[in-house]
Amino acid sequence: MENLAITQEVKPPNTSKGPVKWLQDNLFNTWYNTILTFLALVFLFFVFRGIFIWVFTQAEWQVIPANLQILMIGAYPIEQVWRIWIVLYTLFVLLGLSAAVWKGLVLRISTAIAIFGLILLLIPLDIVKNSEIGYATLEYNFNIAYLIFFKRKWLLGGLVLFVVSFFLGRDKNKLKRWVIGGWVLSFPWTMITLHGFGENTVSTTNWGGLLLTLILAAVGIVVCFPLGVLLALGRRSQLPAIKWVSTIYIETTRGVPLITILFMGSIIFPIFMPGDFQLDKVIRAMIALTLFSAAYMAENVRGGLQAIPQGQVEAAQAVGLTYPKTMLFIVLPQALRSVIPAIVGQCISLFKDTSLVTIVGLQDLLGIARSILGNPTWQGLYVELYLFIAAIYFIFCYAMSYVSQKIEADLGIGKH
Amino acid sequence: MTENENITNDPIIICEDVHKWFDDFHVLKGITTTFKKGERAVICGPSGSGKSTFIRTINRLEEHQRGTIIVDGIELSNDLRNINLIRQEVGMVFQQFNLFPHLTNIKNITLGPIQVRKMSKRAAEEAALALLERMDIADQAYKYPAEISGGQQQRVAIARALAMEPKIMLFDEPTSALDPEMISEVLDVMRELAHSGMTMLVVTHEMGFAREVADRIMFFDEGVVIEEAAPADFFDNPQHERTKLFISQTLQH
Repeated sequence: MENLAITQEVKPPNTSKGPVKWLQDNLFNTWYNTILTFLALVFLFFVFRGIFIWVFTQAEWQVIPANLQILMIGAYPIEQVWRIWIVLYTLFVLLGLSAAVWKGLVLRISTAIAIFGLILLLIPLDIVKNSEIGYATLEYNFNIAYLIFFKRKWLLGGLVLFVVSFFLGRDKNKLKRWVIGGWVLSFPWTMITLHGFGENTVSTTNWGGLLLTLILAAVGIVVCFPLGVLLALGRRSQLPAIKWVSTIYIETTRGVPLITILFMGSIIFPIFMPGDFQLDKVIRAMIALTLFSAAYMAENVRGGLQAIPQGQVEAAQAVGLTYPKTMLFIVLPQALRSVIPAIVGQCISLFKDTSLVTIVGLQDLLGIARSILGNPTWQGLYVELYLFIAAIYFIFCYAMSYVSQKIEADLGIGKH
Repeated sequence: MTENENITNDPIIICEDVHKWFDDFHVLKGITTTFKKGERAVICGPSGSGKSTFIRTINRLEEHQRGTIIVDGIELSNDLRNINLIRQEVGMVFQQFNLFPHLTNIKNITLGPIQVRKMSKRAAEEAALALLERMDIADQAYKYPAEISGGQQQRVAIARALAMEPKIMLFDEPTSALDPEMISEVLDVMRELAHSGMTMLVVTHEMGFAREVADRIMFFDEGVVIEEAAPADFFDNPQHERTKLFISQTLQH
């Protein structure tokens, strides 16, 4: 038995060192490195001082709270804003239930969203409110925006709904099916609620700002995904007709700029339609964005499909699974997981591409920013406004990227 | 060698002049044979001789281009319904295991019964646990395939095939991808299965297993069966020169 213990346990050598040692080794190890370090410090000091001075003394940030309402919802009539809150409440309830039913990753993501809401709730907008805004019209604009759109009670209500539905849904696994159904229905529900009917209809031409951006992106992402999967499967199909239709569709769509497709949708498409048939402008843009992204999505998914060894399909066939079930249970789960980064990249790309709809006359977030800059009152404040817009885009894009990293880590369990 | 008391006279697989080409390469050159219910056949031969292709034609993982194959009274044709029926009757174990890496071991096993046989989830899980018990790996049920050894993975694969309650089991070099120390645990399971009366077609290089378990050994070379015999005759009194060479080479080590 003694022979079994030939080797002694040896700890790896300690290679970590303190920060002072690190500084000495990397920044001040020679005379010229020391000079470079100091030069860099001086440079950074001036850059940050410049930024600091601009942000806190020169920038005219009031352009943002004063226009917050149209940045968020465009020309959506103020007395109809309750519709948007209904939609948000629906989403909060669904989010709370999902967090309760699935736990794990969904719980973490929903909590992150709720915390984000909480931060919005606590932002001291009153400071801005109290700063001198000279113009009477501004005062009016701002008060309306503050009181009606950004009223904290409403947001607080949403967060309360989230927490309540979370506790209601806990340990009720049977709810899963209903929650999925709820998410599916939330799309038509959102559209109908926002649009309304009868006298109080809010025409889609009035939808704008972040609201429009989010709707375009959400519809685009949710619809282009299944479409992309079908196209990818189609391109690998054994049936020549399906294969060629998918291939031609993918290649032609990828060979054309998105702007061209948006133009086709908004200008050329109506010309070919019979006289009184008018498809809504927003819906046309949605279709164009979705069809465009689906082609790219298809190629991403196809990359994943090609990585699945043939043995997986054979094993599934050998237990008698049909083609659709083989794809659904065996091939797609593995293929999609391996291309999550590419898929999320496509989603981020689509989110940013929504800003191109300004070209066909829709007022998305960026479009609104440009029209605000066209107003003489706010002339020249483009840096402030664009920085704010950039921050919003960044928050959403980074959130998607973060979620994708978490999903990857979460799915990594059984994978070698 | 023990006498197989389970073998019957009912034919369960009938192959008539089966041909198969890969492009221009003639892999199977007219295989005619019949397997009886309960029979244990071992198929051996050099690589590239068509032995794997042959058993893969029996559950239509490969399509044959000439001749007929009748499995349990159903002729294999392009009719998808027939193919799916036959695949439910024929279990298959692969050289590379081909477990589904994204599913736990027990889900690997229950997928077929739930989705194809329409069993309830609970019944399928109970059956799967019983099978894993029989394979002596009940404690690995809720792990993923990547977390267990090769020998254990192959036993999960056998359980997955058995869960469909097949009438015939096909083994395509089930021990070739295993570390030597794990081969016997898989062979033990196969031996046990053989004694339970399962009809088995086994492509393998394990000659000890063949001698002990097989009712018949078929020797493939260049797409034809050049010799088939009971193990005793096959090993001790081979007729064909090619067979003699093969036996001397495989028994050398």
